[in-house]
Amino acid sequence: MSVTAKTLSLHLGLIAVLFALQFILGPYQQGNIARIMVLATYAIGYNVLFGYTGLLSLGHAMFFCAGMYGLAIPMYHFSVPAELAFLMALAIGAGFSLLVGLLALRTIGVAFMIVTLMFAQAVYLIILYAAEWTRGDEGFVLVQSTRTLFGVDLTDDTAKYAAALVLFATALLFTLWLVRAPTGRVLIAVRENEDRASLLGYDIHRHKLIAVVISGTISAAAGAGYALLFGNTGSTFATVQYSILPLLWVLLGGAGTVLGPFLGTLFMYYLIDYAADVTNAYMLIAGAALVALTLFAPTGIAGTVRKHLWRWLP
Amino acid sequence: MGYVWQLWADGPTILIALFEGALLAAVLALMAAGLSLVFGVMRVVNVAHGEFYMLGAVAAWFIASQIGGSPAVSFVAALIVAPLLVGALAAMIDITVIKKVNYDPERTIVATIGLLYIIQQGTLMGFGAVPRAVEPPFDHRIAIPWWEKVDGVWEMYWPWGLSISTYKVFVIVAAIVIISALRYAMTHSKAGLIMRATQLDSETAQAFGIPVGRVYAGVFGVGCGLAALAGVLILPIQQAHYLMGGEALLSSFIVVIIGGLGSFGGTIIAAIIIGMTDSILTIFFSPIIAKIVATLLVALVLVFKPTGLFGTKRQ
Repeated sequence: MSVTAKTLSLHLGLIAVLFALQFILGPYQQGNIARIMVLATYAIGYNVLFGYTGLLSLGHAMFFCAGMYGLAIPMYHFSVPAELAFLMALAIGAGFSLLVGLLALRTIGVAFMIVTLMFAQAVYLIILYAAEWTRGDEGFVLVQSTRTLFGVDLTDDTAKYAAALVLFATALLFTLWLVRAPTGRVLIAVRENEDRASLLGYDIHRHKLIAVVISGTISAAAGAGYALLFGNTGSTFATVQYSILPLLWVLLGGAGTVLGPFLGTLFMYYLIDYAADVTNAYMLIAGAALVALTLFAPTGIAGTVRKHLWRWLP
Repeated sequence: MGYVWQLWADGPTILIALFEGALLAAVLALMAAGLSLVFGVMRVVNVAHGEFYMLGAVAAWFIASQIGGSPAVSFVAALIVAPLLVGALAAMIDITVIKKVNYDPERTIVATIGLLYIIQQGTLMGFGAVPRAVEPPFDHRIAIPWWEKVDGVWEMYWPWGLSISTYKVFVIVAAIVIISALRYAMTHSKAGLIMRATQLDSETAQAFGIPVGRVYAGVFGVGCGLAALAGVLILPIQQAHYLMGGEALLSSFIVVIIGGLGSFGGTIIAAIIIGMTDSILTIFFSPIIAKIVATLLVALVLVFKPTGLFGTKRQ
């Protein structure tokens, strides 16, 4: 099989497995997987910037929330239909990430991390401050009857699963296309050696900006999807923890691999879910995983597979 | 003229705010000095810094409650033992974790984020979620007089609530003493010389026989020990809680960045400016607005003037 054929069958195979899973799983696990697919979309967005372009952001929760509130506020306060609200959320996510990118990309390395952290903190505080619109800490719940897309009731378990799968599959196939397309190749070149890529004539700043906007928009799509499918919002989604989680998922699954974000989200979701049953200090698992990954397995699951088994893994 | 009289009448409130600002500045200066020291010498950002502050407070509570007896004795014991314990723990963490990622700036950040959760959640398991208080070793209130013009005559009066606590004065004085001592040690002692040599060029320092690895462990220990010391000092005022590190971390980030990454003097000046403005701003604006402005300001300082307000450009 050619590399393209192998790659396509692997990724389409995953989507097919996920599609088939809904007939096997009970409603509880089905709900879990739907949530994992939406969160994995968020991780896919994070991976475009961190894994493929080599820019470590500590503030992606601001993009997730741009999508979440970009969809939920128009729907809740202005009775905008869900289809239009979703498009608005994408536009807000893209515009906001462009703005953040223009400012934050003036810095590099550690300063970039701190700038993104600070912007995200400001967004979190603004969500708390604008409690009249966001209901701050508690957030608000989208009215069940408004949560329909093209006539499909998204509060229904099967429809919810299908919608989550469509969102996830779109993001997965888009990144698969992106990293094999010329633009994606340049992003990888920027990650590997910025000076050399610059010497070859590529506009580094423009490509980094493209990466921020793509990454921010996918994250916003995940945030909008989360609000639409699960109905709840809240300032918790803007806390530092929600910026750290995608980093953890991507590191665990394998940074700079298309499948990594999903694998990382899947494992970490169940690990934290399991730990939360045992103790209220379940984030201990996340901390231990972060330290262990940095020390012993910086390439993550899919990265290790690529190193030892499938060299062609994108 | 109207405002001047209004401002004069608000004098007692502003005076109290300035005093609370000085207290905040003292604690911030201690914490940020530790963060700045670690960044200056090792060129790594310790995201878990706030957790060492929290550990300092929790350890002090534990020591004070184990010893019992008079608050003064148990507090002095805590003030000495807690920072040493936390510093030793930090030095061990440096050797077992941060050294192993070769002090790579990005990997250190990820590793210290992990440490943040381990320390914070570990404390939640061992110490619980309930905030715990310790009695201050001494606490007297000194009332402050003010003057007002009654029928064209200045009269002195004692405004209600205008008093300062002696313990808070002690915290401010202690911070000044500790920071001056640290500054003196860095410029006048052999250890300080070794530290500065490592900061300038770690490879050359290594070539001259300086055990750079041990210096790094020591610096990390001292830096985190300073955060712990700030935690102990604040304990009688604030209460120990397993989540208290987050806010402290953000504030000290703000101070270190505004002061210029790695510039010790700049850090102290920034701590004073930010401590004072923060508490003055909260009189006039809601605290959340003050925080939003401060956070955005820091981000923009980094974007447009990455060396901070007092930093010098260096690699």
